[in-house]
Amino acid sequence: MSESTKVLVNKPIDFKKTIKKNSRFFSNRLLLTGSILLVITTFIGVFASFLSPYEILEIDPKNRLAAPSNAHWFGTDNFGRDVFSRTMYGVRISLLIGVTVTLVASVIGLTVGLLASYYKLLDHIFMRICDGLFAFPSILLAIAIMSALGPKSINVIIALVLVFIPSIARIVRSAALVVKEKVFIEALQAQGASSFRILFLHIAPNILAPLIVQVTFVFAVTILTEASLSFLGAGIPAPLPSLGNMLYDGKLAIYNAWWMTVFPGLFIILIVLGLNLFGDGLRDHLDPKSKLSVKRRKRR
Amino acid sequence: MGGYIIRRLLSLIPVLLVVAVVVFLIIHITPGNPAMIILGEGATPEQIEELNQKLGLDKPLIAQFFIWLANIAQGDFGDSYFLGKPVLIAFLENAGPTLSLAVLAQLIGVTIALLFGIVAAKNQGRMKDDLISGTSLIGISIPSFLLGSFLIMIFAVQLKVLPVSGYAPLSQGIWEHLKYLILPAITLGTIQAALITRMTRSSLLDTLSENFIKTAKAKGVSERAILLKHTLRVAFLPILTVIGESFAGLITGAAVTESLFNIPGLGQLIVASINRRDYAVIQGAVLMITVVYVLMNLLVDLLYAVIDPRVRNSYQA
Repeated sequence: MSESTKVLVNKPIDFKKTIKKNSRFFSNRLLLTGSILLVITTFIGVFASFLSPYEILEIDPKNRLAAPSNAHWFGTDNFGRDVFSRTMYGVRISLLIGVTVTLVASVIGLTVGLLASYYKLLDHIFMRICDGLFAFPSILLAIAIMSALGPKSINVIIALVLVFIPSIARIVRSAALVVKEKVFIEALQAQGASSFRILFLHIAPNILAPLIVQVTFVFAVTILTEASLSFLGAGIPAPLPSLGNMLYDGKLAIYNAWWMTVFPGLFIILIVLGLNLFGDGLRDHLDPKSKLSVKRRKRR
Repeated sequence: MGGYIIRRLLSLIPVLLVVAVVVFLIIHITPGNPAMIILGEGATPEQIEELNQKLGLDKPLIAQFFIWLANIAQGDFGDSYFLGKPVLIAFLENAGPTLSLAVLAQLIGVTIALLFGIVAAKNQGRMKDDLISGTSLIGISIPSFLLGSFLIMIFAVQLKVLPVSGYAPLSQGIWEHLKYLILPAITLGTIQAALITRMTRSSLLDTLSENFIKTAKAKGVSERAILLKHTLRVAFLPILTVIGESFAGLITGAAVTESLFNIPGLGQLIVASINRRDYAVIQGAVLMITVVYVLMNLLVDLLYAVIDPRVRNSYQA
């Protein structure tokens, strides 16, 4: 199906030349806005402990469900904990999970995809497994794995890595198949370069562009999925703040404490929006042919 | 066409096999005796012994897998001891609300998306386009439960025009039914709309740059006719794929939204089952939903081939 879509979508374009100038400008704007958002949220993640005026588990029973004030900028939650401090740490934990999952899934996905592009037999085995894993709706697979492994932070990472390997492996494989046919690879083979060398030193650097774009989107979906898992109570376990489980608490107090939902929620949007803007901008930048268009498929 | 359908159906076999293995293993990677896990902590030794025999847990893992598969082929997904009924029954009882929600959400989503997608493509690079593209980017960046929470705060808590949560079956009248579904449907529908708008816009723009559109322009066809008659017809194919995929995703991905709005659908069944460690239900529901999902995608693929002869032919090579 994806191939057939490409047939329709990747027709040569000339009508677009006039728009190209605007498009480059717009793409830079996307990249710029995305980068700014990412720098801000990364800053918060790294310096969460400096930014937080209170301890994340510090309970103030007299001040439960207090509205935002000078003492508590984002108010307090149902235990009287400071929502601002917890949100800062929530950003840190969400980003940490996102980075870890994305890195591990990328390394494994890259290896699987490269090997699949080069060896016929492995291709059949790996791609059938990927097809199977891909057939699961991502949240559902994550939920099922979490239910088996139990609610621990490390298990969230394992579950999400398993869920997102196939999408990276597929992109790597299809990009590598194109590079494999290039003359310089033939030349390397003629010179007697080892398969390992060809795959990881020559093919890998040439598929970085589509890989990085895909990785950005996987990062965004990881943050969303982790938040959904935690919101369902199958993610990061309770006293530790993640943006998702803060929203779970917020739901219980939705009648009288809007701040418990709005503030952590805003930061999820900022992170994911930053990643999506960055990814869109990066793709337009790396592949001018794709203009402003968006051909991404995503499910949640 | 017949050959194409058969080939596509055959290609499902390895996919479904992997799906079955994964779902099967989920119970078996869980530490402890699977019979005890399935039955829950309050199980008596007799019950455990009985289930051990039924599942053939004394046999090798491979044999267990095929026994399990054979049972499923006969429609036996096991029993939920917590709910006191077969998993299949529990699943079907909860499917109604989810289906209602999905259909309504998709109606909302597709309507908004086609409208906005066309407007954005028509005004490419101008303010309207930037506005729509920007909004849809925000739309795909919001988790559904967050949008739902915002809507609850505005419409249910502040304005008090709609109920916060709950569900009324269709038998209580269409208005009662819709009253409870409208907020969750808007929640899911908006996010669907964001996805489909982006696809509609890019697909239209791609088609607009084709040569036959230039020909039409040269012939003096009006801009409106070019967009609605010539372009939309071709551009609709990838849009259809996204609609199909997202519909399948809706049925399956409604878990979070249902849990937020307290709708007794499949999502809530799964979430509740996780909390009470009812593995039989989790296993059965995940398996059934995934199969539905795979079949929906197949249906879209076939529809695609019916509409576009190029797709059919590409598979014959």
